[in-house]
Amino acid sequence: MIKASIIGASGYTGGELLRLLIAHPKVEVIQATSRQKLGEYLYQTHPNLRKQTTLKFTDPAELLPTDVLFLALPHGQAQHNIEKYADAAEHIVDLSADFRLRDADFYQQWYGEPHAAPDWLDKFTYGLPELYREELKSAKYVSGVGCNATATNLGLLPLVSAGLLDEHQPIIAELKVGSSEGGASVNPGSHHPERSSTVRTYAPYGHRHTAEVIQETGLADVTLTMTSVGLVRGALATVHGKVKDGVALKDLWKAYRSVQSENPFLRVVKERRGIYRVPEPKILAGSNYADLGFDLNPKTGHVISICAIDNLMKGASGSAVQSMNLMLGFEETLGLEFMGFHPI
Amino acid sequence: MSTTTCPECAADIELEAGTEENEIIVCPDCGVDLEVTSLNPATVELAPMEEEDWGE
Repeated sequence: MIKASIIGASGYTGGELLRLLIAHPKVEVIQATSRQKLGEYLYQTHPNLRKQTTLKFTDPAELLPTDVLFLALPHGQAQHNIEKYADAAEHIVDLSADFRLRDADFYQQWYGEPHAAPDWLDKFTYGLPELYREELKSAKYVSGVGCNATATNLGLLPLVSAGLLDEHQPIIAELKVGSSEGGASVNPGSHHPERSSTVRTYAPYGHRHTAEVIQETGLADVTLTMTSVGLVRGALATVHGKVKDGVALKDLWKAYRSVQSENPFLRVVKERRGIYRVPEPKILAGSNYADLGFDLNPKTGHVISICAIDNLMKGASGSAVQSMNLMLGFEETLGLEFMGFHPI
Repeated sequence: MSTTTCPECAADIELEAGTEENEIIVCPDCGVDLEVTSLNPATVELAPMEEEDWGE
């Protein structure tokens, strides 16, 4: 058994990490910290953990040595203490945005301030196993992934890896996202009468996760448009682009089949009957799967790629545990193979 | 066992023993309906499918 600790465990991604790690057959959770919830039982904040653990939230200043340290802190905090965290653990998985971008100037461009630990940026491996499986096997430090970036990157993966896209044409990704993306803190917009039943576009362009898509796909002209919808969990990316001349539907089938065969959590969903004929986040709630669908207008070359995920799982804590499995030499899918719910 | 290819998605399709000519089968990958037009060699063609839009 390896020992794992979570810094900032009272938020939603911290709670999801606890749910996964407590049930993981090769992991013992030894510490979960929260200044806000100091001394309280974990289940008092994460009620789904009731009777699963007797751990209480501890002070992050009293960090115990551990094998792998998960950082589930608000953005901007991990970079100020990364040296201290590295002293406590040989392996780190940081779920925040602090170490996702490799270039300090690119970070400043998208996050509006200089990075506090630029020398650490190239020590981290981007924690999306579908893109960095081999690199993760020898990594010590892994960044988390942006949930919206993940839905977009996985939606683009078959098209980019097979070289099917006309790279001179823009990529437009429409994202519909659930409320848990906003984290566990409340604000006026999360107040139930304001948030319930909403279909609210809150970032037509310029969302920070766009940077991760540009970095990971190499595509320059990318727009993510974010819309909040009446889900708690879930993100759906509908990505529009153009394929190169001569690319046909069969070429898309080949490309999507290829990424499905290489990645245990990617599934192609393109059905001709039934209700769930295209990817839909609803049936992925709680699971680490990402469902991929596509279509092509053969007259114009307009391609539509669709990716559905649970933002807290494949878009955050699920990918983090999958990355941990690779980093520590475990089976990649260990502790993550359960399905979503239906109906829900 | 006879094998052929789906004309919609290029998936490999194996015709099960006992399959008959003009039988409608379903592509295991893309779910399209296919009519078996020949057994030897095995050939299939797209069969008409009703489009569903859920009234929306």
